[in-house]
This record gives sequence, C-alpha cells and structure tokens, in this order.
Amino acid sequence: MSDATLQKGTTTRFRSATEESPLARRALIGIAFIGLAILVFAPLIAVFAEALADGVSAALRSLANPDALDAIRLTLTIAAISVPLNAAFGIAAAWFITKFDFRGKAFLITLIDLPFSVSPVVAGLCIVLMFGTNSLIGGWLVAQGFPIVFAMPGIILATLFVTFPFVARELIPVMIEQGRAEEEAALTLGASGWRTFWTVTLPNIRWALLYGVLLCNARAMGEFGAVSVVSGKIRGQTATMPTTIEMLYQEYLSVAAFSLAAVLALLALVTLLLKTALEIRHADQLAATHRH
Amino acid sequence: MHIEIDEISKQFGVTAALHPVSLSIPSGALVALLGPSGSGKTTLLRILGGLEFPTSGRVLFDGQDATGLTVQERRAGFVFQSYALFRHMTVFDNIAYGLNARPRASRPTKAEISRRVTKLLELIQLPEIGGRFPSQLSGGQRQRVALARALAIEPRMLLLDEPFGALDAKVRKELRQGLRDIHDETGLTTVFVTHDQEEAMELADLVVVMSMGRIEQVGKPQDIRARPATDFVRDFVTA
Repeated sequence: MSDATLQKGTTTRFRSATEESPLARRALIGIAFIGLAILVFAPLIAVFAEALADGVSAALRSLANPDALDAIRLTLTIAAISVPLNAAFGIAAAWFITKFDFRGKAFLITLIDLPFSVSPVVAGLCIVLMFGTNSLIGGWLVAQGFPIVFAMPGIILATLFVTFPFVARELIPVMIEQGRAEEEAALTLGASGWRTFWTVTLPNIRWALLYGVLLCNARAMGEFGAVSVVSGKIRGQTATMPTTIEMLYQEYLSVAAFSLAAVLALLALVTLLLKTALEIRHADQLAATHRH
Repeated sequence: MHIEIDEISKQFGVTAALHPVSLSIPSGALVALLGPSGSGKTTLLRILGGLEFPTSGRVLFDGQDATGLTVQERRAGFVFQSYALFRHMTVFDNIAYGLNARPRASRPTKAEISRRVTKLLELIQLPEIGGRFPSQLSGGQRQRVALARALAIEPRMLLLDEPFGALDAKVRKELRQGLRDIHDETGLTTVFVTHDQEEAMELADLVVVMSMGRIEQVGKPQDIRARPATDFVRDFVTA
C-alpha cells in the first residue's frame, strides 16, 4: 500500500469484501423501491381509487348485488375445497419424493412443475376436451346428472391443476434439507409411520407448509384463465370473482368491477397479514427450529 | 442379547455394499465395526437396527430369527451420526418420545415417564437440561441426550453410528469413557461404527475390521495389533 492510500485509510472505515459503496447501496435500494411502487403499490391504489370513485355507498351497493355476492361465495367455496386437497396432495408428493429413492424421480418433479409452465387456458381446454358433453366420460357423467364442465366440479378441477405445485414446491427443498434421520430415529423408538408423520415430520415442515398453503390460497382465489374456459361464466352459478370482474369491466360497470377487485385484493392482503402476524408471534420458534 | 449375523449381503442397485458376511456378537459385548468409508460398516449396523433389509442372509437375536422383524419390533436403541434429535421438542420430550409412542396398554403413566426421564438425565450427568431445546446444547450434550433417548425404550441392544464423529478431541475422550460406563452399567450388547482405529482399539472388547463390504478380521484389540490377518488390516491399524 502506498503512503497516499494509507493516509486515506486512517480516516475512512474499512469495508468488508462483500459490501457495496454507500452510493451503490442507495442506488440499488432506490431502483427496487421505484420498481415496487410502479408495479405493486400504484395498481393497488388505483384499484381502490376506482372502486371508491362514486363514493363508499356506491361501492357497497354494487357489492350487495346478488351476482357479486354469489361470485364471492363461489370463489370462497372453491378455495375452501381446493386448498386443503392440494395441501394433502402436496404433502404426499413431497413426502414420496424426499423420503424414498426410486427411478423416474426427476421426471416426477418435472411433472409437478408442469402447471407452472402450461398456460392455464390450455389446462382449461384440456378439461373441456376430457369432460365436455361431447367426450366419452363427460357425456356419460352428464347423463348421470353430474356435469363437470360449466359446473362447480370443473372449476375445482381447473383450480386444483393450476395450484398444484405451490405446496409441494415449498416442501420439497425443506424436506430434502432436513433429511430422513429424525424420522428414522422416531421409528427406532417404536413409533408407527403414522405417529412419526404427525409428531416429527409435520411439526418440522409446518412453516413451509403454511407458506405453501397461503400461496396456493391466493392463486386459487385469483385464478382466471383456466376457470374462465371451464366455467362458462354463468352469472349467479359458475361465475367466480375474477371472471365476474372481467364481465363487469367489459360492460363498463367500472365501480362494480373495481369494488369486487378491491375485495379480491383485500382477501390477498389479509392472507399476507396473517402470515406476517404468525411470523412475528412465533419468531423465537422459527429461529430455534430452522437451524441448529 | 447374543447377535448372530449369518451370511448377510446387501445390494444397492448393481453395487454390493456387503458381500455375504457372518459375525457372532456375544451377549453384553462392546463391539466396534471399524473401517474406512464405503466399507459397509454403517450398512451392517442399519441392518441390525432394522432400518435396512439384507438382500440375503439372516440375523438371529438369542438364536431366534429376527430378519423379518420391523424396525419397531427390533427394540434397538439407535444413536445416529448427527444425533437426529427432534429439533422442535425439549430434551425432556425427546427422551420421553419412545415411552409416549408405546401402545396405551403398555405405556407408563405420566408420573412414571417423568421419573424415568429424570433418572436418564442423571445417568448422562445432565440433570438440569430437560427444558432446553436441542439447538441450545453443545455437541457433546446432544450426543448424550441421543444416548439417553435410545436407552429410554429399554432396548435389547445399543447401536451407535459414528457416535464421536462430530466432536472435538477433548470431548471425544470424555464421552468414550461415558459410553464405556453406561455399557458396563446396563450390560447391553453394544455395537458402534467408527473409522477411527484408536477409538475402536481403546473402547471395544471386540473389533471387527471391515473393507469393501467384507470383514477382514475379528478379534480383541491387542490380538489385531499383534497379529493382523491381512495387509489391509496391518496398514489400517498402524496408520
């Protein structure tokens, strides 16, 4: 080191190797903040502003409309059915993939990711092709008085397909990191497989499971493409919140459309708040169980 | 309990982890399975514990065929390499786990479980740590808790996979003596896996030297030192 830099070094603090200069740090934070404001906060504020454009009472009146209420009820029902199912499927898939060695494992993981890469509209069309009135299975089911397409079962199938990866994707890395030793220990201590799952596996994955379920729930309530293909968008019967919002918007009923959109956004915000509240409440536990 | 290993082999796909091996472990012995990694020693231990099933051959406990017994039926106290303590449970609940897992009919009362856990905590000389979580313990403490948890089920044998592997040299020496004391006190047939020849020679009554899925030599430590049966054993124990 030359004398000049040494003299400078006595007055300035030494930076660690991975630390950026203050200027770079501020610029990076600034860019992230601007991006967030444009992409996330502005649209969110716009939705609420549009909803309340004619005042609070107009927004509430549009929500009290029977079609809007039916849409909210249907969306909540769909989420209440498909989220627990996909939580169960996700746990089963993650368990199978991480606790056993078998051929075709990589293929199975790819298959779980498939709903992420397939366009939801294509997924919806596949369900129509499989279970539509003109198909073999669909025709028979309709004759039995149990239609799939343009009815609730079709919407549930589409939602299940689209939201399938969320829980499994959250769980697989956590379960791989934790390994099998704790489960094996429980077995050597005389616990049955079932007991091992409830007392050892589940407590260890509960946080990842919660994140997966929350993401799955948000997507189940918000899914548009696949649902709009299979549901037929019959008002009061098969129109969910996202499809109803689109129809209202197409009809230039912007207060009604944005009021319903605001409710949907609020539902998502509530799940996020719930997650944050749980994290704060169990912060010590999180720290204790995540790492040794 | 006397353990008889009769022509046990184990294949993982196309690779043979164990060629047919036979071994007789007398009741109450303290036995070391010694060998480099990949020698098949851990596989053999896991087969004894019922965590792995042999491709061929039999395991006999006190003369009875135990090959088909499930891991739960074996009642082997197993101590895992990284201890595998339940991280979300206190030390007390970890040790009590095996007792709580028993079917209702044979499960001890809450008071009895508490009494036994307290006794085990005294046995491992850590009477004060029942309320702590595994993440709050040192490596040596974790190892002793794992040992207490394995002993709580009143096992028929004690199986330990590299029990001192993750510890520094000083703690290692202490805990070696600790294991010897617990073995002598309980009289349990004890098998431990190690790659450290000094550890095997100092602690075990009987040393089983393994390499490449085969047993090279079985004998008392001093006999193996004095008369190594193969070149591999000579190289390994003098290293």
